[in-house]
Amino acid sequence: MAVIVYAESDNGIYKKSSFEATTYGKDLADKLGTDCIAVTIGNKGTQNLGVYGAESELNVSGSTFDSFNPQTYATALSEVASSNGGDTIVISQTYTGKSIAPLVAVKQDAALVTGIVDMVDTSNGFTVKKTCFSSKAIGHVSINHSKRVLTLIPNSYKIYQDGSEISSSEVSTSVSDADNNTTIEATDKVTGKIPLTEAELVVSAGRGLKGPENWDMVEELADVLGAATACSKPVSDMEWRPHSEHVGQTGITIKPNLYIAAGISGAIQHLAGVGSSKVICVINTDPEAPFFKAADYGIVGDAFDVIPRLIKRAKEIKAS
Amino acid sequence: MKILVCVSVVPDTTTKITFTDNDSQFNKAGVQFIINPYDELSLTRALEITEASGGTVSVITVGEADTEPVIRKALAMGATDAIRVDASPKDGMYVAAQIAVQAKSGEYDLVLTGRESIDYNGGQVQGLLAEMLNWPLINVATELDADASTVKATRDIDGGRETLSCALPAVVSAQKDLCEPRIPNMRGIMMARSKPLNVVPATEKYDYTSITSYELPPAKSGVKMIDAAKAEELMDLLHSTEKLF
Ligand SMILES: Cc1cc2nc3c(=O)[nH]c(=O)nc-3n(C[C@H](O)[C@H](O)[C@H](O)COP(=O)(O)OP(=O)(O)OC[C@H]3O[C@@H](n4cnc5c(N)ncnc54)[C@H](O)[C@@H]3O)c2cc1C
Ligand SMILES: Nc1ncnc2c1ncn2[C@@H]1O[C@H](COP(=O)(O)O)[C@@H](O)[C@H]1O
Repeated sequence: MAVIVYAESDNGIYKKSSFEATTYGKDLADKLGTDCIAVTIGNKGTQNLGVYGAESELNVSGSTFDSFNPQTYATALSEVASSNGGDTIVISQTYTGKSIAPLVAVKQDAALVTGIVDMVDTSNGFTVKKTCFSSKAIGHVSINHSKRVLTLIPNSYKIYQDGSEISSSEVSTSVSDADNNTTIEATDKVTGKIPLTEAELVVSAGRGLKGPENWDMVEELADVLGAATACSKPVSDMEWRPHSEHVGQTGITIKPNLYIAAGISGAIQHLAGVGSSKVICVINTDPEAPFFKAADYGIVGDAFDVIPRLIKRAKEIKAS
Repeated sequence: MKILVCVSVVPDTTTKITFTDNDSQFNKAGVQFIINPYDELSLTRALEITEASGGTVSVITVGEADTEPVIRKALAMGATDAIRVDASPKDGMYVAAQIAVQAKSGEYDLVLTGRESIDYNGGQVQGLLAEMLNWPLINVATELDADASTVKATRDIDGGRETLSCALPAVVSAQKDLCEPRIPNMRGIMMARSKPLNVVPATEKYDYTSITSYELPPAKSGVKMIDAAKAEELMDLLHSTEKLF
C-alpha cells in the first residue's frame, strides 16, 4: 500500500498545484496508515518535495519525456505506481493531469474520481467530495474499489512546508519514444505572466468596460496586486481579450483566493467558473447586478472611477 | 471516414440545482435537458468534416429511454444514425466501457467527445475510451481537421495552446472555440424522425464509484457593501483583514 503523488513540472519548474497534491497525498497517506511517494516525470523542479510532505521521491527522466504525451506519461506513472505498491494515485487537475488520470485509471483498473475539492473521508469506507453541476453542487462520491486515481482541483487544499528534506532516486520504465502517439508541431505559451489556472489572485472585467482600449487599468491593478487577469465570455468572444482569459461555464474554472470582478453582471454561467473563489469583490454601476449576491465585498460604482483609485491605494499600501 | 460522436444528455445551463430523497438524488422535476454544450461542438465539427470530405457521423448516448428526444435533436443537426446504450450511466468508467464496445464493433476512425459533461464535470470519458481502445488522445481541442489517415488539432494547455497531430483511429475531445454549434432546421427535424436510433443493451459491468449524497456549496455570509466614495477601503480590507496581498 502507498499513496503515489504525481508532482507535475513544466520545464524544470514545479507547478504550485504539485506542492498542494503532495501535501494532500501526505495527509491521505497518514489517514490510511501508509507512505506518500512523489513521482516526477521529465525535467523536474528544484524544490525538495520532502518539505511538502513526500516521504520518498522517484524520478523518471529521459528525453522521451521532453514533450508531453498522455500515453508516455500515464504509462510511466502507472508502472512506477505498480512497482511501489501504489494503490491510491493523486494527480492535480491541470490540463496535463486531466489528460493522464483516465489513462492511468484504466491501466491500473482503478476507480477514477475527478474534480475533488476536499480531503478523503475514511470514517466509513472511502468517500470524497467532488464538484458537480459546474460548481453549483458538491457530490459525495463513495469509492467501492481497492485502487483509486484521484484528481484534485487546484487551490482546494492548504499547502504546508514543515516536512523534512528527502533524497530522490531515479527509476526506469519501459516507456520509449515509440510509445509517443502524438506529434507536437507548435506550442504557443504566454510567458512572463501568471497563468490564470495557477493564480491565487485574479482581477477580471466584463462588457461594462466598453472596449479593449480600457484594459490598461485592469492590467495595472493586477500588476500591483500580483494577480492574473481574466474576463467574461462576451469579452473574449469579441476578441477584446485573449480566449485564455475567459472564465466560466464554457471557459476556465478557477478557484483563487481573491476574485475582483469589474463590469461583469454575474450571469449564472459566469459564476459557474468563479463562484468558488474564496473572496469575491464586485464593482458594478447597477446595484441590482446578480453578482452582488455571490460577493463578499461590493461597490456600486463606475469602474472607470473606482479602479484607478484602487490602484492608487494598493500602491500606497505596498509602499508603506 | 466514420466518426462516432459521444453525446451526454445534461440539464440546461441555467438549471437551478436541487435534490430529493435526503439530498441523495438530483431533482429532475421541471428540468430541461439538452445536448451537453461541448458535444454540440464535436457533433457540429464532425458534420463539417464529413460534409467536406465524405463519411458518416453516428452519435452514441449511454442513457435511459428519456434521453431519446435529445438524441433526436442530434439527428436533426445532421447525424446519420444514433446508438443508445440502454442504461443509467453510473460513472465515467461504466460509460466509457459501453462506448468502447460500440466503437470497436462499428469500426470507427475517429471518436469525438466533449471536454466534459456539465452535470458531473468528469472530463473522464475521452481518456478512459482512448486507453480502452488503445488509441491516441487529443484532449480539449479548439481546432480539429482530419483526413483519411491523420487528425491535426490545436489543444489548450496550461497557459497556452499547442498544435499537434496523430494517426487515426483516435479520440479527440472538444473545447469551446472548436466551431459555432449548428442549430437544427425544420428539414433536419423532419428527417430526424425516420433516422435509425438503435437501442442496444449495456454489456460491461463497472461499479467502482457511486454518488451517495449532495450538498450545496457553502453560502456566502452576505456581501459587505463599500460606499463608492470610499472605494479605497476595499484595498485596506483586502490587505489588513483578508491578508490577501
Ligand atoms: C451555454 C452558455 C454558456 C456560457 N458560458 C459563459 C462563460 O463561460 N463565461 C461567461 O462569462 N459567460 C458565459 N455565458 C454568457 C453569460 O450568460 C453572460 O451573457 C455573460 O457572462 C455576460 O458578460 P458580462 O457580465 O461581461 O456582460 P453584461 O451582462 O453585459 O454585463 C455588464 C455589466 O457591467 C455593468 N457595467 C456597465 N458599465 C459599467 C461601469 N462603467 N462600471 C461598472 N460596471 C459597469 C453593467 O451593470 C452589467 O452588470 C454563457 C452563456 C450560455 C448560454
Ligand atoms: N452517458 C454518456 N453517453 C455518451 N457520451 C457520454 C456520456 N457521458 C459522457 N459522455 C461523453 O464524454 C464526454 C466527457 O464526459 P464526462 O467524463 O462525463 O465529463 C462528454 O462530453 C461526452 O462526449
